[in-house]
Amino acid sequence: MSDARRKVSVTCEVNGERATFESYPMARLLDVLREQLKLTGTKEGCGEGECGACAVEMDGALVNSCLVPALQAQGTRIRTIEGLGGSDAETLHTVQQAFLTCGGAQCGICTPGMILAAVNLFARIPQPNDVQIREGLAGNLCRCTGYMKIFESVVEAVRRSGLVETQSVTRT
Amino acid sequence: METRSIGKSVPRKEGREKVTGCARYVDDLVFPGMLHGVTVRSPAPRGRIREIRFEGDIPWSEFTIVTAKDVCGKNCVALLIEDQPCLADGFVNHCEEPVVLLAHPDKYLLEEARRNVRIEIEPLPAIFSIGDSLARKEIIWGQDNIFKSFRVEKGDVDKAWAAADVIVAGEYATGAQEQLYIEPQGVIAQVNDADGVTVWGSLQCPYYVHKALVTLFGFPQDRVRVIQTETGGGFGGKEEYPSMIAAHAALLAQKSGHPVKIIYDRAEDMVATTKRHPSKTRHRTAVTRDGKILAMDIDFTIDGGAFETLSPVVLSRGTIHAAGPYQCPNVRIRSRAVATNAPPHGAFRGFGAPQSVFALERHLDRVAAAVGIAPDELRRRNFVRQGDTLAVSQIVKEKMGMNALLDRAFALSDYHAKRRRFAEENADSHGRAAIKRGIGFASFLHGAGFTGSGEEYLASEVAMEATSNGTVHVLAGSTEMGQGTNTIFSQIAADALGLDCDQIKILQPDTAHVPNSGPTVASRTAMIVGKLVESAALQLKKTLLDSGALKSNGASASVANFAQACAKYIDAHGPLKSFIKYQHPTDLHWDDEHYRGDAYGAYAWAVYVAEVSVDMRTAEVRVEDFVAVQEVGRVINPVLAAGQIEGGVAQGIGFALYENVVWQEGRMVNAQMTNYVMPTSMDLPPIRVFFEEIPYERGPAGAKGIGELPLDGTAPAIANAIAHATGVDVRKIPITPESLLELLAALPGKTPEKMQEGAHV
Repeated sequence: MSDARRKVSVTCEVNGERATFESYPMARLLDVLREQLKLTGTKEGCGEGECGACAVEMDGALVNSCLVPALQAQGTRIRTIEGLGGSDAETLHTVQQAFLTCGGAQCGICTPGMILAAVNLFARIPQPNDVQIREGLAGNLCRCTGYMKIFESVVEAVRRSGLVETQSVTRT
Repeated sequence: METRSIGKSVPRKEGREKVTGCARYVDDLVFPGMLHGVTVRSPAPRGRIREIRFEGDIPWSEFTIVTAKDVCGKNCVALLIEDQPCLADGFVNHCEEPVVLLAHPDKYLLEEARRNVRIEIEPLPAIFSIGDSLARKEIIWGQDNIFKSFRVEKGDVDKAWAAADVIVAGEYATGAQEQLYIEPQGVIAQVNDADGVTVWGSLQCPYYVHKALVTLFGFPQDRVRVIQTETGGGFGGKEEYPSMIAAHAALLAQKSGHPVKIIYDRAEDMVATTKRHPSKTRHRTAVTRDGKILAMDIDFTIDGGAFETLSPVVLSRGTIHAAGPYQCPNVRIRSRAVATNAPPHGAFRGFGAPQSVFALERHLDRVAAAVGIAPDELRRRNFVRQGDTLAVSQIVKEKMGMNALLDRAFALSDYHAKRRRFAEENADSHGRAAIKRGIGFASFLHGAGFTGSGEEYLASEVAMEATSNGTVHVLAGSTEMGQGTNTIFSQIAADALGLDCDQIKILQPDTAHVPNSGPTVASRTAMIVGKLVESAALQLKKTLLDSGALKSNGASASVANFAQACAKYIDAHGPLKSFIKYQHPTDLHWDDEHYRGDAYGAYAWAVYVAEVSVDMRTAEVRVEDFVAVQEVGRVINPVLAAGQIEGGVAQGIGFALYENVVWQEGRMVNAQMTNYVMPTSMDLPPIRVFFEEIPYERGPAGAKGIGELPLDGTAPAIANAIAHATGVDVRKIPITPESLLELLAALPGKTPEKMQEGAHV
């Protein structure tokens, strides 16, 4: 108990940059990201690991940051929605662009987590089929879309990334 | 009029901010010196507050503590009436009723403090069901526990029974449903001498909150300001409840002298805020042997919870929709909203109609079976047609056709072939197939806009202003919460002015800067407010043309021309603005006393078909395919419109199958996403959405409202499909595996062995 009540220093890599913060060891990574690192793109939907709005990548794995103790971030590589792309058309990630085009975002609160889940899925399965898409997004709840436009966005992103690869192959 | 963007899937206006995580929701905002606030709530459903104690090893002197004594104006959340206290004073009337507010800079310490406030209640007898409320087991509200009742009469129901070949009666029930927007409720409030009260929050209706705060503080209108921040879903759940949270945060801010943020966690949001009204409906229907409905006698009751809130209005919509899109000469609908000691139930997409439509559409399948004709044939023989009258004696003037919708929905879903094939397959192996399939449908309507003279009383306003570089600002109190307000307003304004959507800017709803366009509810934003946006744009253009600043009258006036014209006008005359106020059509008449007349300016019409499979061992139901065909006037943005329907159908599937609020003494005991289950990406079928477009002359570019429609027909289509698959008579939703197992076990002589094993596990 005494250790849990003393703040500790944690160092990790967040969106490609080294980050050091002081926090209680059992503080939620979600709160550290939002309040100390000001990365508010990560959202809290339920605080119990059900909805996935707070999903981030930690060492390449998709985690619900509301369930990750801050201490566990020590030495890890974390990627949040802010680490994915820029805010203009030039720098949007393929998945972000596809969500914009296909109507994958409505209220937007699940969107950062949902997009990270899709990106994480592609890292594991570059050409996912419908079932794999559904499974890959199963930890992220959306109340607005009924998921249909999200599936379309992911399929569109697969198509686009295929095109990009083809183009780059042609160029070389 | 040339259309550049209407009918096209223009990308969501604020989409870029949302996909990059840059959109700022209320919990993303931090103000200097800001405190966090929490609410301490009643542990009991009804009783006298005997004592409030502040216990434990808590530095209480550091806390701002607010109780009912701190309210300087009226201690109420002003809505239709003023019966609901902002903070309980002496009595509590439901579990989780707010009693004490605490604020502190450290939210962890605040949580500990909240657990150390003891509210001692001397219990009084409480009631938790519609039955007990109607039986007046206790009188807990007014003289008779009745918030509101309606009576609709058409023809003479009592005289019709004698002519009937068959009379079919039945009772139906629907459960509470949590809105479950993924962004929990939250606000930030600031109170100071210079500005009065300012509130930023996740909310649907800035002017509702404004009214509540004006009453609570007793301040003049201009000393209260409400600003909507990006809102992560509402679905009705952020229609009335934000007034409560805003009031709490503002009271804490006033007493502490600091800005105060209150964000509910998920459990608090689920246990304390509003839900869809539970309902009970009784039907008695007189029908001829060839399927002509002679009379419908409908009795509809909703559980309003402990205070009135919006129950009369929810009841109104549920009542008017209770007899559906059918032409019946004799209709009587009696309805009431009753009080129980549950937290008040409130707005949820569909607003009473999903409850009464479930009952009707399930009942009509039973009527068809009783007469011995197919369910679709029964509907066809009774569908209302243009020129016919609805239950409220409204003559349907708009061009519509239910048969065409039914034909299309059946063709797209292969209804008839599947209906036959599933019946044959289900009968194989002596009816002991491990998986049974079924297909069912519902046909229904949903009125757009406020009911009756509601829009006339609202008298919504929209303003518009052009800048000298040709950017046009839309000023409206209508809110974006994911449904697409910003985008469709841009499309409407852009087309009316002959501009691109990029040149339209939708201002943030802020009661200090935008007029009151009415609440963002009731499927009214596109049709009613959108029309005002269109009119404001046309007025702006007319001003430019009349002044001579703009030469061409064609919509093809170039963007550059428009900007030049704006600059020229502003140079010569000052600000270029327009302002439009809603004018109620003079040919729409509503008799509020007899509940008769033109209930809505226009309706959306729809037929939904659901295909299900039922695992006969586990009684798990899966929706395998879903076809949603609707006529909604002109579709402004196909991707957004389809997204509205798909999302609404998903919520309807949850309403039908998964979303079960478990009550114990008036308290929700499964207030977690872990055990209150909404559909995930694994649970939903392909939701196939199709629009018929018959332009509505009074809608912007011909559009009608669509937001609530999909909640009405989804659940009964699924229930009818389950009945087709299994033979069970579904009367109540949600149809959980547990409830379906009971129904299957009770089937006379049809129970497969495996099922029985399952039922006894």
